[in-house]
Amino acid sequence: MFYGTELSSRLMLGTAQYPSPSVLRAAIAASGAQVITVSLRREGQAGGEFREIMAQSGCRILPNTAGCHSAREAVTTAQMARELFGTDWIKLEVIGHADSLQPDPFALVEAARILSAEGFKVFPYTTEDLIVGERLIEAGCRVLMPWGAPIGSGQGLRHRAALAAMRAHFPDIPLVIDAGIGAPSQAMAAMEMGFDAVLLNTAVARALDPVAMARAFGQAVSAGQLAHIAGLMPPRDMAQASTPIFGMAELV
Amino acid sequence: MQIELNGAQIETRATTLAELIAEQEFEATSVATARNGAFVPQAARAQTDLVASDKIEVLSPMQGG
Repeated sequence: MFYGTELSSRLMLGTAQYPSPSVLRAAIAASGAQVITVSLRREGQAGGEFREIMAQSGCRILPNTAGCHSAREAVTTAQMARELFGTDWIKLEVIGHADSLQPDPFALVEAARILSAEGFKVFPYTTEDLIVGERLIEAGCRVLMPWGAPIGSGQGLRHRAALAAMRAHFPDIPLVIDAGIGAPSQAMAAMEMGFDAVLLNTAVARALDPVAMARAFGQAVSAGQLAHIAGLMPPRDMAQASTPIFGMAELV
Repeated sequence: MQIELNGAQIETRATTLAELIAEQEFEATSVATARNGAFVPQAARAQTDLVASDKIEVLSPMQGG
């Protein structure tokens, strides 16, 4: 449950960088995503068409504060987004460094506290740091979104052991892997580990065929979720025959 | 008076934010506004007076990740 909302598809899809609006439209549909992320910018071209795509997608809108480097910028952006998109959901990004796009955890917690007090449902883009996670929850967040790898890098789950520890540390908080996913197998691995959802953009938008890749990610996330629910077998050091020995013929 | 609108210096005859939105032909219900870094709700635009060298942002929905 994400702030009381149940989502049958656990893929959240970004809407930037697609080769054309029609490809974006088709990719959203093919992915099966029920949540799409959007942003606020100075009006450029094709703004009207994008509004139409958002409305027709039937998806829940998750506006972001991408590009903000301070708590104040992020708070103002979130307030503008709430009015414009008519949702109190906000993907809170406060960037700490222009090259790594790593979140600034101090400003993130500050902004999360202000926004939660104003009634926002904050989805914070954070690291796998457990103490930052705890502070965000204290600030009012009921979802955490740790990065898989730096935004747009496609490196997958770069700190897998730390992410597994985070999953274990916050058993009751929905955790979304946000950013860094490059391949469906990586998204599936995150779901198999018990993460609640995966949020990605570049891996689909920059694929040779974004619509087919959107479908692939939708299936991978769904398969990973099912595998987690089904319960993965524990790995073993040694081989163990799967075919029974009992009843085997003597042929020598 | 001279103000900054979305990063560009402009000359305006508008005295309130609502007048500026109309003067610059923005679709009033499709944009969100901020004055000097602070959010101005749609309902407050008409009461928000402009002062020379104000920095106004008028933002629209855009693609994002």
